[in-house]
Order: sequence, then C-alpha cells, then structure tokens
Amino acid sequence: MKKVWPILVVDDEEVMSESMAAWLREDGYRVDTAPNGQSAIDLAKKTDYAIAFVDLKMPGGMDGIETMMEMRRVRPDASIIIITAFATVDTAIQAMKEGAQEYIVKPCHPQEISMLVSRILKLKKLQTENVILRKKISRKYKHHDIITKNPRMEEILALTQEIASLRSTVLISSESGTGKELVARAIHYSGVRAEKPFVSVSCAALTETLLESELFGHEKGSFTGAEGQTKGKFELADGGTIFLDEIGDISAKLQADLLRVLQERRFYRVGGSDEVSVDVRVIAATNKNLADEVKEGRFRDDLYYRLNVIEIRIPPLRERREDIPLLAEHFVQTIASELGKDISGISGDALKILMDYDWPGNVRELENVIERAIVTSHNGTLIDTDFSWLTQRAQAAQNWEVPDVPLSELERRAIIAVLERKRGNVKEAAASLGIDRSTLYDKLKRYEIVH
Amino acid sequence: MSVVYLLAIGAVPAPVLDWAETIVSEWCPWPVKRTPSLPFPEGSYDVQRGQYKSVEIMKAVAQNAPREATRVLAVTEGDLAIPTLTFVFGQAQLDGRFAVVSLSRLRQEFYGLPPDEAILRERLTKEVLHELGHTFGLTHCSTPVCVMSLATHIGLVDSKEQRYCESCGAFLVRRFAASNGDAP
Repeated sequence: MKKVWPILVVDDEEVMSESMAAWLREDGYRVDTAPNGQSAIDLAKKTDYAIAFVDLKMPGGMDGIETMMEMRRVRPDASIIIITAFATVDTAIQAMKEGAQEYIVKPCHPQEISMLVSRILKLKKLQTENVILRKKISRKYKHHDIITKNPRMEEILALTQEIASLRSTVLISSESGTGKELVARAIHYSGVRAEKPFVSVSCAALTETLLESELFGHEKGSFTGAEGQTKGKFELADGGTIFLDEIGDISAKLQADLLRVLQERRFYRVGGSDEVSVDVRVIAATNKNLADEVKEGRFRDDLYYRLNVIEIRIPPLRERREDIPLLAEHFVQTIASELGKDISGISGDALKILMDYDWPGNVRELENVIERAIVTSHNGTLIDTDFSWLTQRAQAAQNWEVPDVPLSELERRAIIAVLERKRGNVKEAAASLGIDRSTLYDKLKRYEIVH
Repeated sequence: MSVVYLLAIGAVPAPVLDWAETIVSEWCPWPVKRTPSLPFPEGSYDVQRGQYKSVEIMKAVAQNAPREATRVLAVTEGDLAIPTLTFVFGQAQLDGRFAVVSLSRLRQEFYGLPPDEAILRERLTKEVLHELGHTFGLTHCSTPVCVMSLATHIGLVDSKEQRYCESCGAFLVRRFAASNGDAP
C-alpha cells in the first residue's frame, strides 16, 4: 500500500528535508524533496503527492503558507502538514485556516509522525476505495447491465437514458420481482446525480409513525426514544435520488406530507419547527394500479399526478419469455461463482421447464429458483431433474383443490402456512412466496397476521 | 570480495563491539572486520538538544569507509537525532552501504532503570539487524514481531523478535544469492 503514495518534503535546509525523507523512505514511501516553494510546486505539477510536509519559514520566495496555498491549487487532494520550529497560536490558526491538514512543531516524537502519516494515508485509501466502488456501482447499474432482448424492455432502457439527467418525478409500476429498483438505479447512475446518494425506502415495511420519521428525520425528544436529531432519508438523499418503493401503501397523512415535499422541496423534521430544503429527485414505485387506487379514493389524485410525470411500466417475466434463457444463464454464472460451485450452464431440457413456467414472482423468483438448483446440483450443468420440483409446483398449482373461500382468504392462509414453514423468517417466507419483503409486510399488515 | 566493516564512533565498551561483530557474523555470509574508532565529528553535537546529529555521523562514516567495504556499521553511545525528530535509534542508507546504531536509548539506564547487559545485547541485536536490513533494501515490515518492523519507542523494540520474518528473510537470501560473493 505504502509505495503508491508519494510524499514531498519542502524545506530550505537540505539536512532537514533529506533526513526526514530518509526516515520516511525506510518506512517504504517514495519521497521527493524540494529546497523552496517554487521547486515544490514544479514537482507537484508532475507528481500526485499524497502528503506534503512544508516548513513554515523559508527565507526568500514563497514561505510555507504561500507554498501550501499554491500547492492546494495544483493538488487539491494532497494533505499538507506544516512544520515549524516556533509554535505560536497565530501561525497555527493561519495554517489551519488556509487548509493545512496538520501542524507539527519540530522536533517531534517519531511515533507522532508515524501515526500522522498512517492516519492520513488510511483515510486516502478509504477515499480511493470509495471512488472505485462508486464507479463500480455506477457501471453495475448502467442500462446495458439490465439483461434483456425484449423490445418493450429495450424501449424502457432507452427511456431511462433520456430521462436520467432530468429532475422530473418517475413512477415505476410493475408486479413484484421485476426489478423496479434496478431500473430506478439505472436512471440515477446514468444521470448528473450519479455521484450523489441513491437512497431507497420501502414504504410498506414501516408503520406510519416510523415511516414519517424515516423519511423526514426527527428532532431530539420528538417521540419516546428519539434521543438526538436524526436526518431523514430525504436529507440523506440531498443532491441525489430517493427511491420510494411501494408508494401505494402510504397513509393519507404521509400522502399529504409527500405532496408538499414534491411541490415545495421543503419539509419539517418530526417534532421540528425549522424548515429543511432539499434537492432530491423522487422515483416512486408500486405493484398496485395507482389509477385504480385513486378511483377508489385510497390514493390522492393530486399526489398521483405529481408522481406520474414520467411513467414506466415494466412487463412481467411471462410477457418477455425470450429473456428467460438470458437471465437464467446470467444467474447461473454469477450465483455459481459466488457460491464457489463449478457449474457452467444449463441444459436444453432444463431451460424448457423454465420457459414453460409462469413466474408469478418474476425475475426474483427465477433468481431464487436458479440458486436453489445450483445449491442442490451435483453436475457441471443444470439439468431438468434439478428443476423437477418446479414442475411439481406448477402441476400442484393446476391440480389444486380450491376451498370455497374468497381469494384474499386463500392468500392469507398461504402466507400463514409459509411463515410457519419458515419459522417466522420473513425474508425466507417472502422468497418462497416469490414476493419481496416489503410486499409481504404489506400483506401481513393487511391481513392482520401476527408473526 | 564482500567485507562488512564495524567501527565505534566515540568510546564504546569493547564487549559491546564484540557482540555487534558476533551478531553480524552469525547472520551475514561475509567476513566482518574492524576499523579503528572515530571521534565524534566536529559540529555533530547539538548543544541545545544535548544530542548528536545523526546526519553528521553518517557523513563521517561514509568519508572514512575503507574502499573495499561492502557495508559499514557504526556503533555509538551518542544519543542520535535528526532535525524533525526527537531521536532515532539508528539510521541507515536505504539500499546503501552505511548504517549507525545508537546504544544510548537501548540502555536501561536511559529510562532510570538499573543496567542490564542481557537486555542491552538483545536490543543491540535487533537494531543491528534492522539497520543492516535497510542497507540491503528492506523497508519497514508490517509483521509486528519482525526485526524490520518500525519501532518508535523502546517498548516496540522489546516486542520484536531477534530475527527477520519469513518474507524479509527470503528477500535477504535472494539478495545474498544474487550477489555471488560480491556486494549486492
């Protein structure tokens, strides 16, 4: 790690800069020295120094503070440590004001320098990793990583690029498991907000009070347990995008609050009296038909029109069956690699089973099915028998003797049965039902199922 | 033919120089010879700090080095420092020929404790191996017990072992093998 971080030592006294450089070189760093400010700047133009030790007093030409200011212009990311033999409060304050990261008085204990350098470089390493990860995430969610050859999906992907740099609100509607968040991320990471946060909130997973606090933050003492001021997701997403999943499930009060944020870009924290302004793009998603919800009076029409500036409807997997082989191959590659299994593909017979299945849980269900097959398979290729349980599931669905009860009661019973089988584990139950967790929470609330 | 020279800067007890010679001979494949001790160079004492300037001592070592010396190791009782640091246990030219080790802060007396020869010898072994390691191009090692790990206080010197870690040791073996009897 050390060798990639060059260090510069600037001092008019050669003995000081060379001895310091020699000491740092023993620690494995690449160190250059400069006898004055101008030479330091010339060197900094050629080398991206991580740290520059700059002596405060250098007679003739630029002094330490001037050198530091010029250095910050040439290399804004370099950490500058001012060294002085005579510590005064004034010079220390001036150095820190002008942007010195540290201010040390020579001679100082070797441990102090050693810890200072390693602390700065540790931070730089994290910053670099952060940049790399951001780039990786950005690449991961670019539209070309959404796997499809379906014409409707390709239109959607083209649309995500067109609207990426707008601030207009987007409403994504589709069945569960089709990848609503993936599309939302593709929009965010393709646009001008890509460097800023993407914050995702599942509205169905939380009660009204908690969701209000989650979205808008709260002031100290605003409710029992609110120990300090906490920023909400809207503030955390400032400059970026907030993704509100399962928007159709929010209460009337939150609908009103959200409408105000969308209209005015301002809100109050729970228990607060100061307005907070934010610049946030809102992407909302739902698996409900919001237009119907409006007709039924369960969703405000003014909020619906505010959200529905740009509408994206993602087709369910059964309506884009040509994507099943592509997605299946993709999941085989990624999951086998993650699980360390030597499985390279999927047989034609197995693929036929996948193509014939209806995928009520959409792409997420397909992913879960492939993962289950990979875990249990002992072959180098997934074959039809690895998916025989899927055929049985489909047949069972066809042959099922349906009791004479309303559909909602059937769903309620199914959820209770799966939850019992999964010993109350909501994540596993949701995966088994082929729906996401937030949808399951929504259903638990709706059917008043205590788990 | 490679030769390592050993000398004292100022007065150094004879047994301590003998220990240093044994340490180098046990570890280094080349013969170890002594050169006459040198006095502290003029201007090397910093009256204000009450310490010796490590840079001046290194200069004197270099100026007086026998031409055939592959490495020169100096040992001194003087407390060494460089302008930016309050002290150094020793100093070496990275991938160079010269190194100096100070006994001052290796002695228990420096910390107000009774003298202890065994402790001094152990610390000297570590510092000699450390500084000579630098002259062969080794930088500080992240293995805390390796003799090449950075010690910024005596506690860290004491927590090292008197040997190189596997990785630093292998590096040195490669350097010696590549040298074929000549200076690497």
